[in-house]
Amino acid sequence: MTVLTALSSLVERPRTAARTPARQDLPVLRQRGQREVFCGLTGIVWLHRKIQDAFFLVVGSRTCAHLIQSAAGVMVFAEPRFATAIMEERDLAGIADANEELDRVVEELLARRPDIKMLFLVGSCPSEVIKLDLHRAAQRLSRRFGPTLRVINYSGSGIETTFTQGEDACLAALVPEAPAAAADAPPSLLVVGALPDIVEDQFRRLLESLGVPRVDFFPPRRSDAIPAIGPNTRFLLAQPFLGDTCQQLAARGAEHLPAMFPFGAEGTTAWLKAAADAFGIDPLHFLSVVAPGRDRAKRALDRVRPALEGKSIFFFPDSQMEPSLARFLSSELGMHPLEVGTPYLNRALVSAELDRLPADTVLSEGQDVDKQLDRCRAQNPDLVVCGLGLANPLEAEGIATKWSIELVFSPVHGFEQAGDLANLFARPLARRNLLQV
Amino acid sequence: MRLTVWTYEGPPHVGAMRVATAMTGLHYVLHAPQGDTYADLLFTMIERRNQRPPVTYTTFQARDLGGDTAELFKSAAQDAYTRFEPQAMIVGSSCTAELIQDDPGGLSRALGLPIPVIALDLPSYQKKENWGASETLFQLVRTLAAAPAARIRSERPRCNILGPTALGFRHRDDLVEVSRLLEKLNIDINVVAPMGATPADLKRLPDADFNVVLYPEIADAAARWLERTHGQPAVRIVPIGMGATRQFIHEVAAVAGVDATAALSEIDARMPWWSRSVDSNYLTGKRVFIFGDATHAIAAARVASEELGFEVVGLGAYNREFAREVRAAAEKYGLTALITDDYLEVERAIAELQPELVLGTQMERHIAKRLRIACAVISAPAHVQDFPARYSPQMGFEGANVLFDTWAHPLVMGLEEHLLAMFRDDFEFNDASGPSHLEATVTPSAPPLTPEASDILWTDDAQKELSKIPFFVRGKARRNTEAFAASRGLATIQLETLYDARSHFAR
Repeated sequence: MTVLTALSSLVERPRTAARTPARQDLPVLRQRGQREVFCGLTGIVWLHRKIQDAFFLVVGSRTCAHLIQSAAGVMVFAEPRFATAIMEERDLAGIADANEELDRVVEELLARRPDIKMLFLVGSCPSEVIKLDLHRAAQRLSRRFGPTLRVINYSGSGIETTFTQGEDACLAALVPEAPAAAADAPPSLLVVGALPDIVEDQFRRLLESLGVPRVDFFPPRRSDAIPAIGPNTRFLLAQPFLGDTCQQLAARGAEHLPAMFPFGAEGTTAWLKAAADAFGIDPLHFLSVVAPGRDRAKRALDRVRPALEGKSIFFFPDSQMEPSLARFLSSELGMHPLEVGTPYLNRALVSAELDRLPADTVLSEGQDVDKQLDRCRAQNPDLVVCGLGLANPLEAEGIATKWSIELVFSPVHGFEQAGDLANLFARPLARRNLLQV
Repeated sequence: MRLTVWTYEGPPHVGAMRVATAMTGLHYVLHAPQGDTYADLLFTMIERRNQRPPVTYTTFQARDLGGDTAELFKSAAQDAYTRFEPQAMIVGSSCTAELIQDDPGGLSRALGLPIPVIALDLPSYQKKENWGASETLFQLVRTLAAAPAARIRSERPRCNILGPTALGFRHRDDLVEVSRLLEKLNIDINVVAPMGATPADLKRLPDADFNVVLYPEIADAAARWLERTHGQPAVRIVPIGMGATRQFIHEVAAVAGVDATAALSEIDARMPWWSRSVDSNYLTGKRVFIFGDATHAIAAARVASEELGFEVVGLGAYNREFAREVRAAAEKYGLTALITDDYLEVERAIAELQPELVLGTQMERHIAKRLRIACAVISAPAHVQDFPARYSPQMGFEGANVLFDTWAHPLVMGLEEHLLAMFRDDFEFNDASGPSHLEATVTPSAPPLTPEASDILWTDDAQKELSKIPFFVRGKARRNTEAFAASRGLATIQLETLYDARSHFAR
């Protein structure tokens, strides 16, 4: 919990007018048992498309390779920008020197893909357990293949990270690669979190219309475009799972702008407002810039509301986006969250969302999947948000589900996507009404 | 370390899961970190199972490593027993737990559960999925079916069917088809394992007179043990294709001492006539590349060559355990078998051979799509679309019908092939639009007209003429012409060279 306390001291709580039930202080249900979640390696499936000249090399086992392949599902690309260096018996028995083996594999990879400019060595459960020092390996390989190739390491292992924490670990490892901005550099805004390109473009247009002098996105689309970071950098997190990255940026002197996350009309408005306030933008100008998008979002939500209003929803833990999505569904669409499970609750980052959840919503952190399934069946919610391992079995029991992975894999942020996001939850219900088989 | 882009097989504990998930009344307690729970979705999503696999993962975390992961295993095993009340349990480690050496077998013995608990030793850094499935079935059979037969073998003949698992390629339908054949032979089925069997059923395995091994990759080890221990002979012919199905029936009849006539009536076998029908003439000599697990690849080669009249130009398998059998089969076609689990090596072989049809796994489907070669899936690993709603076996006479349809369908049809060659400049009916009876949604770029790395120059005329050759043979024509030019020491390919080469290579 050291991360949390450190972060709490960094983050100033947003000043909201009415905060009747202080959800910040309410108890959280924590159970130890089987956690039915992905590990951080899964993030590679979207990260490798985001940074177009980067390559992700997992140093792990056959299981790691099989996991990414299965999580990527049908998305078998011509040649993906990720691969696994599969450790074998001889690597573990000490017959082969693991570092020499890794160097050889990287050579082989670079011969195939000379276009790679940034290589991530991604640690896994087995590489962590045998204490393979990928940090030193990255330094060694950077010296050898630099300066045209930068080698960076992070861990996506399942003993340390859950699903989206892999992106957090990746971005946190990328922060030290950013050049230092001068102490007297003009103020700039950094939007942090891998967003679909179209969403990035929308946010850039909005923020520039507001008059934010300079807007950068992190991670960048190309590895040579990492924005400079310094004391005049202010940053907005686009995703609630970026706690470590937030800390790293703060350690570089950048200022975090706490805000609700940009889901729905209200979330997006509050998120943009945090930036506008930090850059001293005139409130009337803010309203005029934001109004068209916000109104479009509201109209889109109005169309979906009848399908969702008054319906109960139950979240199994998956991406750490659960509190933010539950806030969106309850305050903007009138749904009733029964239980909001999250793999890891970063109270400091989602405090605004927690404050807006209904008083009787149960918050749970971590998981004992069998007990959670018991609770879910007992409450018989109208919709369950869960991972792919649970969805079909619950559907077969007659419970409507929404695959949580789609919430990470499709554009859901901002005004223009508010309707799409709501529809992701409405579609399983609409489909059940439609089908007569 | 091995650089791997895509893998044909998962780790061995996924093989164990395929066995456990196929059975009922069996529970698998797997010492593994949380990420390993991804394996559930293989079953719930790819195969669309409506139940969670019967697997409990201990999901230990980094902070547990300094503490007592052994205790975590024990409580997980105890909880799983209490909650699911299985008839038997299998326990083991995934790759990460193997490194921390907690000994799930010893720990579960210490729990003193009142059911058989079978410890699996599946070395993750040496072995793979099929081996894991085979070892799991073998250990289950060895432990549960140790007692001699309770029945006197004089009544109607009985057999066991061994091999079908969860996530197997068409195992569900093959089982139905083979069961029908056995029924026509008046043979009773004693136990099917692992699919649908309980641990109690496995105890009855010795009651059968013989075993039918449908998938040697999974069931051969168990069948050998049953042969040694209980004297049950095994039928190992895999009934994929007309010829193999007939052979299978003969052999089963011989082992069981029954009359094969009714089963050989081939009432539903349309494939032989479909293949002899004159419209199938165009299938003659189609060049086919085959890759998959050994059993399906060998069977496909035989069907392709003997029953459809294709020319097998490449044959390989990803499971080294059966390399010998694949090599022997390849020799029959004058080929050297490609034994590899490196997807990139398979891609290179296909690109070089330029076949007209690829029969492979989901990986080869992607390769073929990229290279614009027709393709059908014949083996695991397979995607969700290869678990069809309809009845679609590979085995038996109906299986042969399915193979005919599935393999002929992706090809450009006979008359269309001629028309494409005759009127190649038609603005809407040309080879760039692909086979007209298939969806035109995907139009990947055609293979390049100019070779990537050749020292031989093509004149404009020759190049233009080459472009008139339909795409499905263009690559081969280019390669042959260049080889011909090189052998004649020509630095430039003229229009005439193209036709000289064609006559040289004419078959």
